[in-house]
Amino acid sequence: MSTENEWPLWEVFVRTKAGLDHKHCGSLHAADPKMALQMARDVYTRRQEGSSVWVVRSDQIVASDPGDKDMLFDPAEDKVYRHPTFYKLPDSVDHM
Amino acid sequence: MYTQAMDTLREEGGDKPPLRTAEEAQLQQRFDNRIDAGEFIEAKDWMPENYRKTLLRQISQHAHSEIVGMLPEGNWITRAPTLKRKAILLAKVQDEGGHGLYLYAAAETLGTSRDQMLDALHTGKAKYSSIFNYPTLTWADVGAIGWLVDGAAIMNQVPICRCSYAPYARAMVRICREESFHQRQGYDSLLVMMKEGTEAQRAMVQEAVNRWWWPCLMMFGPPDDQSPNSAQGMRWGIKRVSNDTLRQKFVDAAMQQAEVLGVSFPDPDLRWNEATGHWDYGKIDWSEFWRVVGGEGPCNRERLAARVKAWEEGKWVREAALAHARKSDLKEAA
Ligand SMILES: [Fe+2]
Ligand SMILES: [Fe+2]
Ligand SMILES: [Fe+2]
Repeated sequence: MSTENEWPLWEVFVRTKAGLDHKHCGSLHAADPKMALQMARDVYTRRQEGSSVWVVRSDQIVASDPGDKDMLFDPAEDKVYRHPTFYKLPDSVDHM
Repeated sequence: MYTQAMDTLREEGGDKPPLRTAEEAQLQQRFDNRIDAGEFIEAKDWMPENYRKTLLRQISQHAHSEIVGMLPEGNWITRAPTLKRKAILLAKVQDEGGHGLYLYAAAETLGTSRDQMLDALHTGKAKYSSIFNYPTLTWADVGAIGWLVDGAAIMNQVPICRCSYAPYARAMVRICREESFHQRQGYDSLLVMMKEGTEAQRAMVQEAVNRWWWPCLMMFGPPDDQSPNSAQGMRWGIKRVSNDTLRQKFVDAAMQQAEVLGVSFPDPDLRWNEATGHWDYGKIDWSEFWRVVGGEGPCNRERLAARVKAWEEGKWVREAALAHARKSDLKEAA
């Protein structure tokens, strides 16, 4: 239970270097977006771990329910034909 | 270290398992299976109430330890002997603040708030590692803390990187990546004094090591046969290696490092045991450990008072920042 005077929670995403995805790396409390960015810099990139940071209010994230895991993700389980390894080709062309 | 939570439970009165419905028993069975299979538990997964409580206690105490742990070393930032040592010490203490934040965030996923945890610390309801209730009397204490206290912390924390509760495990991975610098800078600072220092500086190092040695051994918690909650912690994948095993590993590593450094430990019973392949060590005074845990260590009152003062004096800043943010939100909406 969070109290009324607690700074809101933010999720932090860091891109380690240009060309890579931003990856979720943790969360922090901050009063506003500018402070959240500055604190993310201080807390999560003290050793040049990042070249770009995203912060987003945690209450703005919509997440799937772990209880729905089977319903959501099991349908992909029996679709092996979506993988290249499903197709057995002659050795001479198998590098395709 | 930092993970004395399970061992100090007896003080806080453990809770009895509640009666369960058939549905809960089934959830419990599924949870047990997942633990047995080595799977990780995430924040929104079902978990037994005692698992949640135990973790919450352990992670929040760990977080408090990182934050209170900034105080003994922070004591020397303005008095570090060189600019280089000052920059290093600042970075180290800042890291510990970061560790506290990672861990508070992990604890919050279990359904508590930062304010609630801080309140528990400030009112003395929550504990932190007993080691931080000892004073830092000389500059050599800073090096001794890095070498021995962070060294013991690393020994203790590495197995928690495989903790069954994933948010805690992730925080520990991040922390462990940063800890090695802490131990190395401490050892390096002592090494300079031992190899290039004066007779008085070498004596200062030895004196600091003498004071920190036994409290460091206590950081691993009571002996295995007096650690009644350990078995449950192991069953849940929260605790991975026993107190005595970790302590022995620490002693073995420290003996070799002490030899290179040229210092000794204040224990006449330290002896190489050919049969076990380990160093035997003397009896630990557990009455001192329980005294310090119970609030009667040399610095308990001072440490808590410093945290409460920082919290109270920062109140207007927290409120002003929030008021400013709310005002800006209104302006944007208009
Ligand atoms: Fe630490
Ligand atoms: Fe730390
Ligand atoms: Fe540390």
